[in-house]
Order: sequence, then structure tokens, then C-alpha cells
Amino acid sequence: MNKRLLLPLVVFLVLAGFLFAGLWRDPRQVPSPLIDKPAPQFSLARLDDPAAKLGTADMKGQVWLLNVWASWCVSCREEHPLLVELGKAKVVPIVGLNYKDEPSAGRKWLAQFGDPYTTSVIDRDGNVGIDFGVYGVPETFVIDKNGTIRYKQIGPVTAEALEKTILPLVRELQKS
Amino acid sequence: MIPELGNFALILALLLSVVLGTLPIVGAARNIPAWTALARPVAQGMALFVVVAWGCLVYSFMVSDFSVLNVATNSNSQLPAQYRFAATWGSHEGSMLLWVFMLAFWTLAVSLKSRHLPDDMVARVLGVMGLVSFGFLLFMLLTSNPFDRLFPVPADGRDLNPLLQDPGMVMHPPMLYMGYVGFSVAFAFAIGALLGGRLDATWARWSRPWTTLAWSFLTIGIMIGSWWAYYTLGWGGWWFWDPVENASFMPWLVGTALLHSLAVTEKRGAFKNWTVLLAISAFSLSLVGTFLVRSGVLTSVHSFATDPKRGVFILAFLLVVIGGSLALYAVRAPKVGIGSRFDLVSRESLLLANNVLLLAATGSVLLGTLYPLFLDALNLGKISVGPPYFDAVFVPLMTPLVFLMGVGPLARWKQAAIPDLWRLLRWAAAISVVTALLVPFLTGQWKPGVSFGLLLAFWIVAATFVGIRERVRNVRSGLWSQLARQPRSYWGMVLAHLGIAVFIVGVTMVKGYETERDVKMNVGDTVSVGGYTFRFDGVTRQRGPNYQAQRGAFTVTKDGVYVENLYPEKRQYNAGGMPMTNAAIDSGFFGDIYVSLGDPVDATAWVVRVYSKPFVTWLWGGFTLMALGGFLALMDRRYRTGAQRDLALPRGAAAAR
Repeated sequence: MNKRLLLPLVVFLVLAGFLFAGLWRDPRQVPSPLIDKPAPQFSLARLDDPAAKLGTADMKGQVWLLNVWASWCVSCREEHPLLVELGKAKVVPIVGLNYKDEPSAGRKWLAQFGDPYTTSVIDRDGNVGIDFGVYGVPETFVIDKNGTIRYKQIGPVTAEALEKTILPLVRELQKS
Repeated sequence: MIPELGNFALILALLLSVVLGTLPIVGAARNIPAWTALARPVAQGMALFVVVAWGCLVYSFMVSDFSVLNVATNSNSQLPAQYRFAATWGSHEGSMLLWVFMLAFWTLAVSLKSRHLPDDMVARVLGVMGLVSFGFLLFMLLTSNPFDRLFPVPADGRDLNPLLQDPGMVMHPPMLYMGYVGFSVAFAFAIGALLGGRLDATWARWSRPWTTLAWSFLTIGIMIGSWWAYYTLGWGGWWFWDPVENASFMPWLVGTALLHSLAVTEKRGAFKNWTVLLAISAFSLSLVGTFLVRSGVLTSVHSFATDPKRGVFILAFLLVVIGGSLALYAVRAPKVGIGSRFDLVSRESLLLANNVLLLAATGSVLLGTLYPLFLDALNLGKISVGPPYFDAVFVPLMTPLVFLMGVGPLARWKQAAIPDLWRLLRWAAAISVVTALLVPFLTGQWKPGVSFGLLLAFWIVAATFVGIRERVRNVRSGLWSQLARQPRSYWGMVLAHLGIAVFIVGVTMVKGYETERDVKMNVGDTVSVGGYTFRFDGVTRQRGPNYQAQRGAFTVTKDGVYVENLYPEKRQYNAGGMPMTNAAIDSGFFGDIYVSLGDPVDATAWVVRVYSKPFVTWLWGGFTLMALGGFLALMDRRYRTGAQRDLALPRGAAAAR
């Protein structure tokens, strides 16, 4: 057999090797510049009671999750049952950032699918989202007792991410 | 009920694809006529069920059945009917179904239009297409079923991504996929010929019209995509070297090379191994493109899903299809003869140079597209490769290609003499140099880049006319009857080459002379761009079928004379999400003026972008001419009479030819 004719196959196999390696890497996982930086300060109206406010200052001293969600976001429905479970277990407070959403639509959505959040706050024009560098909904941040962002989950929280990354990190942070 | 019917039809199509992918191929190898005879009816049955499945999804979208997950995520009760239809392929699952639908269409077309082919060849070709269909049907049923249900049923759907709510969405994906998937026919013919050990001029002759047809559709698909991006993205670009654009451009480049090398194989019997390799590569790159888009290994505006499960499946499929066919190539290709000899200067050698340049271009696009992936896989960091790389690589590769485009059609087969070519082309060269130097002065601003671009375009035009003159020169009868006697495939080539020239003029003029202004405007303010003056008349609120719009009004004047009003919009779709920018464009033969509304600065002032883009329409005009050239070549008489001649010959004679 003419060896030269094998060349296209070899080139393709090398290429396939790289493509395989690429599958396990997320090109969107731009290392967030906010990791290990203080979480941006905010104080926003609460979704359940717009007269009252909640902000980063109120969460100081405890480990908490900030979950960015919206009623128009379909991927949020995907992660929602997991969050409801997590909320029931009361392991860690979850603050919902109701991002670029109609507050009434948000309230209706929570009534329909269950409310996992300790509190949700209204970020109607998305300014706080911008401070947090949100570029897709849902996103979830793990914030420690000093108000430092320790982890960011882009896209829906999966059972795997919760078990293997988020919860162990939360427990570790709660101990310190 | 209807979605279940669709699901069931997909399963039946899968079962038939198993039959189609095995029995006819084995039948052809073992010479079992009853098995080879299965190819056509089974192919038609499979196509029928795929069409039924597709129809079921279309139906679910048209009646807004939100119990189907795919419909709930990509449609909305307020969505206008044409976009509900187009939303059928607006998601990952739906676009895979469109892929399979197109494959079914091509399989059906081959089964109907192959009466003049020997039975064993038809069996192999349809069998290979059955195997490809099997892979995609299995992929859909296992990882991306478009008929998955959703419970509880939402009151309304999430709506189609506003970017996709555009006439471009109705046309672009079907045309692109027609082309993409159409290369599967050339691929199946190549594999069939390798399997049967009959890689001859007849094989090239059969593959050629299919390749031309697929190539023409791909050309249109790319053109519509570029035009769509131009008028919806709001900043006037027309090609972004986005990974997914590249994924469609690479098969186009290889397909172009394949068209040319098939001509050599058919006419001269040369380059057989090379042509087979190109036929495999063109479709392989379509598959790699599908992988890149569907697996999310690269970031792109087109990516839908980033699910490694899907990626692993497609990659395994790629390994089987591409790896398998390249292995087959390595084993079987040597049996094929070298073909007839040719000189260093001949039409063969010039077409070979064309192929080498096109493949080098493909290689550089592939490298640029995958470079970020290579670096990341080797842990060398995350980077992105942008237009500067592609621009720097492309111009030097395209320049000699354009030069050859002028010379190639004039060179003789087998042996050509440089002095002869020079004698024919010296006037074309002189005229194109002189006009290219002078014409830019007409615009009032001479630029070396513009002059160079125009030189390439004028060279093609001048050399093409020399070619036409040569063909009719030595003939006594009237000029018109001579011109009319040239075959349509020749006129197809002329049209396609002129299309390249028109395209080059467009690129050159836009790059050289486009002007843009980004200004803050209050009501009554004016801004001047490209000789036009734009007066901002304020913003009003408008209601669309499923969105609210803020509509800006502009009065355009030239030298104080009223030209027209333009109304760019900023839309907020009711189902939520990002606001959309709809630019207002006045398209003309000599260029576009383009206004797009930015963000409001305060109560009355807005950021406004105004562009003047001379000759930008020529970009799409050029691509349209290329596609028309392809269609014209297909109407050539020999494809009809040739088919009848094959029919009249006994099988052995057809193979021996």
C-alpha cells in the first residue's frame, strides 16, 4: 500500500484528538475577574415586599448564594427544582436576583413553581447584573462570610455541580 | 398525538435506514440482485417517513402546541405564522431534523434521477446515504429528540430568539443545509466508486451535476446569511470570520475545488485520487462544521447547546464516517490508474494549481478556526483569532487564484504554450492595469488598495471576454449564432467567474470608501455622511405583532434636495430578552445608506450610527451570479442527452467508457 495515501487519515485522526479534548473544555468559561474579589455592593427592593430593601450588607457574616433568574428564562426552569430542594434543606441562604424582569411576572412564576429563595430582589433594568458581570441567565455565585465571591456557575445549576462543587465549597466556607 | 406520530415516523425512518445502509451494499458486493434492487424503494420509504416527521414538527409549531418542549422553548402564541414555521429549525433539535430532512430530499432525488446508472452503483450510493442518515437519525432519537414533551404545559412559549425573527431565518438555514448536505451525494458517489473499484470518467460525470447543484445552494445559503447579518446586527458588517461562518465557508472552498477537479477527471481522466479525496473532504468538512456548531467546542453566535453528550456522539460519528472513508481511500485508491499525462503548462496543471490554492485557503481557515481550541487543549491559554489573521492570509492566497482564473479557461488541455497565452492575454492585462489605475480617480480619492482590488476584478472581466472571443473567432457563421451555440455549462462558468469579479469590486469599494459616523443627536440635529445629510426627527412608539418598538425618523437630503425618510427601530419583544436593533437601509445599485438607532442618552437625545457603504450590494450580487452560473451549468444539454445515451448503452459499455 502506498503510505502517502494514509496521510489524510492521519491528519484527520490528529484533528479528531483535538476535537475530543476540546469537548471537555468550556470555551465560555472565561475565568471570571470577580472570583476572589469583593462582591459588588447593592441594595435593592425585595420582590415580596417592594417597600423593603435587601443588600449585600445584610448578608455579611454568612455564606450565601446569589442566583440570577428571570421568569422569561427557560433554563431557569431546568435548575429550579434543584434550587427548591436546596431551599427546603436550609443548608445555605439563597438570594434571588430577579434580573430584567417584570416583578409581577416574577411573583407569579414563584407562586407557580415554588420559591426556593430566602429573599428575591428586583433588578429590573439589570444594573446589578452588569456589576456582577452577568452575561446569561441563570448564573449563580457563591459568596463567603466576608462578602467575597468564591465561585461562579454559568448556566443552570446541575445536580452534579451542586454535589461536587457548590455544596462542598459552601460547607468549607461555613467552617472557616 | 401528532408529536407521537412524528416520533414514530422517525423511528421507522431509522429502521429503514438500517436496511438501506446494509442490504444493498452487501448485495452489490456479493452480486445479489434482489438485495441491490431494495435500494430505491427503501430509500424512498425512508425519505417519506422523514418528511412525515418533519411535517409533524411543523404542525406542532403552527398550532402552537406548547406541550412539546421544542415548541415551548422556541415559539410563542404571538409569533407571526411565517416565523412559527421558521422556528421549526430555530433550535438545536429542529435544525438536526432539517438536516435529516435535506438528506432525505437528496436521497430521494438520487433514487429518482438515477435510472441511467448501473444497479450496483445505485445500490452503493443510496446505501452510503442510508448509513449517513442512520447516524443522524440515531443522534436525534438518542440525544436531541424534537418531539420531547413538557409537563406541566406552560401557558405560553418563551418565543423565538428575536435575532431569528427575520425573513433571513426563513431562507438561510434551508438553503445552507441544502448545500451542506448536498455534498453527501458526491461523497456517496466517491465511496460507491471506491467500494466498487470503478473510479473512472463515468463516475466523475455522474457526480458532477450533483456537486454543482449542492455548491449553488451552498453559495446562496452563505450569501443570504451574510446579507442577514449585515442588516440585523446593526453595525454594517457582512462577514465576521465567526467559527460557524467558517464552518460553512470551508465546504464551499473545497466544493469549489471539487467542481474544478471533477471537470479534469471527467474530460481527461486525470486526478482521480485527488478528486475522490476532495469529494470525501467536502462532505467531511460539512460534518465537522455540524460538530463545531452542535457540540459547543467553540464559542459562536450560532451555538445552541453545549452538551458534551451530544458532542461525544457526533465525534464518534465523525470518526466512523470520515475515518472510515479515509481508511477506505487509503486501501482502495491505489487500484485506480494514474490517468493521462499532461505538461507543466496545461489546463490540467492550472486547475491543479487552483485546487492547491483553494485547499491552502481551506487549511488556513481551519487553522484559524481551531487555533483557539488547539491552544486550549494544550493548556497554552485562551485566545481568539480575529479578522486580522484571516484578512492577512486570504488576500495573498486569492490573488494568484484570481490570476489563474483568467488564464485557465484559455489554456489547452494536455499542453499549452506560454507565448500563446501571453499573445492572447496581453491586451487583457494592459487594459486591466490601466483601468485599475485610473478608475479610482473617479471617486476623487486614489487609494493603492482600491486600485489593486479593481485590478483583480478587471483582469477577470477582460480575460473572460478574451476567452469568449477565442471561442467564436475562427468561425464563419454569424457571431450571435456562434455565441448561442456555446454550451450552457460554458456560460455557467463565465457567469460564475464574472460573479467573482463583481464580488471583488464590492469588497474593494466597501473597504476603501465606506464612511461611518457615531453621533449623539437631538431632535432637529443633522449629520452628513457620504454626501447625504440626515436630520433626526425624533422617536415615536410603535406596536408590532409581538413587540414594542421605538421608531426613529430621519429625513435624508442630498445637496439640499429631499431624498427619502428612513425609520430605524429598536424593538423590545414581549416575551422578554435583549432589545433588538433594526437598522433602516436604503439599498441601491451604487451602495447603501444605513442608519441604526443606538441607546437613548437622555430624554430627547439618542446615539445614532450612520453609514455610507458604496457598492456593498455588489457583494451579494456577485454571489448570486456565482449561484446562477451553477444553475445554468446544470441546464446544459449534455446532462439530458448524456443521460439518454447512457441508457442506450449496455452496462459493460458504460463502465468501459
